[in-house]
Amino acid sequence: MTMPEAARPEPAGRSMMIGPRGLFYVLPFVVLAGLWQIGSLFFPPFLFPSLVDVFRRCIDILTSWSQLSDVLATVGRILAGLAGAFIVGAALAVSMFRSRAVNDFLSPMLTLFQGIPALSWVVFAIIWFHGIEPRIFFIMVMTTLPAFTFQVLGALQGMSRDLMEMVMSFRPTRTKLFRTMIIPAILPDILTAWKVNLGNASRVVVVAELVGATGGVGYELLQQQQLFDMAGALAWTLQLVFFVLIAQSVLTQIENFAFRYRAASERSL
Amino acid sequence: MTVADRIISLDRVTKSFGKAGSKAGYVAVDNLDLGVERGQLLALLGKTGCGKSTIFNMIAGLTEPTSGTVRVDGRNPFREFDSFRGKIAIVFQGDRLLPWRTAVQNVELGLEMLDMPAGPRGNTALRWLDTLGLRGHEQDYPHALSGGMRQRVSIARAFATDADILLCDEPFSALDEMTARALRAAFVQLVRDNGKTAVFITHSINEALEIGDRLVVLKRPATIAIDIPVAAATPATEREAIRCRIQDVLAA
Repeated sequence: MTMPEAARPEPAGRSMMIGPRGLFYVLPFVVLAGLWQIGSLFFPPFLFPSLVDVFRRCIDILTSWSQLSDVLATVGRILAGLAGAFIVGAALAVSMFRSRAVNDFLSPMLTLFQGIPALSWVVFAIIWFHGIEPRIFFIMVMTTLPAFTFQVLGALQGMSRDLMEMVMSFRPTRTKLFRTMIIPAILPDILTAWKVNLGNASRVVVVAELVGATGGVGYELLQQQQLFDMAGALAWTLQLVFFVLIAQSVLTQIENFAFRYRAASERSL
Repeated sequence: MTVADRIISLDRVTKSFGKAGSKAGYVAVDNLDLGVERGQLLALLGKTGCGKSTIFNMIAGLTEPTSGTVRVDGRNPFREFDSFRGKIAIVFQGDRLLPWRTAVQNVELGLEMLDMPAGPRGNTALRWLDTLGLRGHEQDYPHALSGGMRQRVSIARAFATDADILLCDEPFSALDEMTARALRAAFVQLVRDNGKTAVFITHSINEALEIGDRLVVLKRPATIAIDIPVAAATPATEREAIRCRIQDVLAA
């Protein structure tokens, strides 16, 4: 006998709800944009530029290669930093999971790193490194490493002991244990860690570029500040916001595909 | 039974946990001698906490005895853990299905460990699901299956590897009596048809009498109180006498 509650498709009424829900999601942005547009009628453009101007600047950025390359450079820095922090963090988490001594040694150190402000890492990077890219990569890794490490460690510690014992009873090789048990078990937490750190990284990269780079969204924001160009500042900020939204939606799509095995309850929390 | 006939052999095995003599320390298995013949279906019966699962884990190679020797097919299952790949299969108390795998993928798990190519692996898994009455549910994820169906998948997973030895740790204890009885019958039939050696742990006297062709009753800390053969043809009156004797031992 199957469990119809778990496998039953969504009722037709629910899909009808997507319209109003979507509206509620969009509504705050519409209100905010409206207020801004009204403000632009009463204030000078360097304080509240018209949304049409901001939109034009966005199009300029996206259609001019020299400006688009700045956006892509920032995106590349975020992804490289996150990838570096994830690889190092996952390796540290595995060694902390396997050895209590390593855990006892590294845990306080990573907690200490977590307490260091991003701006301090920027200063350290400027003093320690000459090149722009090594500086930014270092800042990105150091600011997201502790979170990645603790999140992967938490995922490893949260794995079901019963399932692990069951897989071990088949005497798997280390590679097969990783592929069949460990990776699928910790994947949900890894994707969540990426989502959280993506937001953090997009904020940190701007600070890093603002101080220590000659290109990228952060550098361009500094230029707009010096020119008192609010439309430009908004347009460059929006590029980063768009990237985060796109990246988050890609991660959500991966989640939806990878976790299709999960039971969906009709009654939500 | 001579020593040579034994596929599983425990000689003066003791297993203690915690520091000896301390308050937290206790002896789970005490100087146990137990042998299981090839092709035998041994029902290991005892009250909760009498050390059944510790014996189970030592035979499976998941735990090492504190003293004494455990041999499976003449080898140490703990020290030579990997050499038993495909030789020992386990049916656990819960179904322990991987939630991210479909029924057929769960059955394929043990075969993947044996490096069986995908084609034959899939066919073997499908055959076992069919044998256990799960045709049509091959692509279902565990959450979409009932408790009885999930346990059938876990039995299929154990049989699919064609291991010589099956270890079962109260596999039907969480199921309703009707489902448990049907699965017990299917399980015994499969063990007999495939010539397996099985150690079946239970705390139910009825289940032990129904399944085992040899019945060992344990008392705390895991020492043998009763060790008797139970043939399928054993008359009902004799079975009743055995049941009374077991009840007396367990009550004591």
